[in-house]
Amino acid sequence: MKIGVLALQGAVIEHVKSLKQAGAEEVVPVKWPKDLDGLDGLVLPGGESTTIGKLMNKYELMEPVREMAKRGVPMFGTCAGLILLANRVQGQDWVHIGALDALVDRNSFGRQVDSFEADLDVVGLEGSEKYPAVFIRAPHIMEVGAGVEVLSTVNDRVVAARQGHLLGASFHPELTDDVRLHKYFLSMVEEAKKAAVK
Amino acid sequence: MVQTGTERVKRGMAEMQKGGVIMDVINAEQAKIAEEAGAVAVMALERVPADIRAAGGVARMADPTIMEEVMKAVSIPVMAKARIGHFVEAKVLEAMGVDYIDESEVLTPADDKYHINKNDFTVPFVCGCRDLGEALRRISEGASMLRTKGEPGTGNIVEAVKHMRTVQAQIRKLSSMAEDELVMEAKNIGAPIELLREVRTLGKLPVVNFAAGGVASPADAALMMHLGADGVFVGSGIFKSENPAKFARAIVEATTHYTDYKLIAELSKNLGGAMKGIELATLKESERMSERGW
Repeated sequence: MKIGVLALQGAVIEHVKSLKQAGAEEVVPVKWPKDLDGLDGLVLPGGESTTIGKLMNKYELMEPVREMAKRGVPMFGTCAGLILLANRVQGQDWVHIGALDALVDRNSFGRQVDSFEADLDVVGLEGSEKYPAVFIRAPHIMEVGAGVEVLSTVNDRVVAARQGHLLGASFHPELTDDVRLHKYFLSMVEEAKKAAVK
Repeated sequence: MVQTGTERVKRGMAEMQKGGVIMDVINAEQAKIAEEAGAVAVMALERVPADIRAAGGVARMADPTIMEEVMKAVSIPVMAKARIGHFVEAKVLEAMGVDYIDESEVLTPADDKYHINKNDFTVPFVCGCRDLGEALRRISEGASMLRTKGEPGTGNIVEAVKHMRTVQAQIRKLSSMAEDELVMEAKNIGAPIELLREVRTLGKLPVVNFAAGGVASPADAALMMHLGADGVFVGSGIFKSENPAKFARAIVEATTHYTDYKLIAELSKNLGGAMKGIELATLKESERMSERGW
């Protein structure tokens, strides 16, 4: 299983570490289109979505990543990565990858002084302990399309969701030692590989 | 339970800036140019360091209308500077909703002995350092992010290189030290022993460390990334150049692709003049901003 982490800016090393800890055999940073070859899954990390989006366009990563999403390659976007994945962004008439059928509101919990930690119930994770979630100038999901399953909420706001092979979270699973969400993503990658063999 | 202002949230904010460029701006127009170029954050100031040098006198926190104007103009994080030790300026910036405070030697220090107790704030702080001892003293006061100081407003990278190399060499030295040697090292460099132990275990600082003070070209930014910086602050280097938008984009891309020299060559073409810069030997001891801070 080979997983890529988009490595243009942001919390890249943290995702690499978490993915390895969760059992991924090979994890590679993605900076150029050629780095996408042979990936079984792609993680879009936290960072600044405007910066990462601009660099994806400039270095011709946007189209190939859109194609991969259409082909059914599993993707996991956290915080900025969620904004990159969404097909609608509040107050913006353009989107980045535009694959996840969801309307996302940027910086929706406020400025940095409003950034917070919270223990969440997340659907589908192993064990019964709550999941420690770190929200940093985080977005939230205002609306989801018909094929999207809501996995977690904070004060009635959707902060994690899945649509088939696409997974998005408002928070930063890469900033804690709890790798259950990364394991969940790797199980999505396994499923997609099995489906492809059939 | 929801908790704000935790160490994880404050340090995590800096983690999200890694691999990026933070740019000094003095108004909404410059902030938009910076955002458009791909800056991960902007530092809202009344004057860039080169102009602070030129103006002389006491440099204080900027007029709040500048921070307000910049916060309205862009969606990326906005940082602002408070004087060393001036916790009221810092409280004012926090109350305004600034995303990160730089307790900065670029401004005239307000306290000749103590830095701000940054543990006392919800908003995170970035502080300057020249060596590991200074870096760890700032962390123990609550800094959530560091930057090597360099020599601000000079457009001369030599001090930034010196400070980054010093910090990295001191970190490497720890890995071979026995516990008794570590105690003496703590004494010698004026750092808390617990933090030294943590750095020895991690093999790196426990917070993000950017480079600052003298970055004036795409190659300068790439050089600092090679030396171990997590990202780059560019102060006067962008808006004191002839073509700020182009310069800003080139520095952002050179920071991301710092090992790709052909690309850096392309990025460096036809940029127009960089800021003029100052040879360090011509600066008097009293004109060195990096000497401020204790």
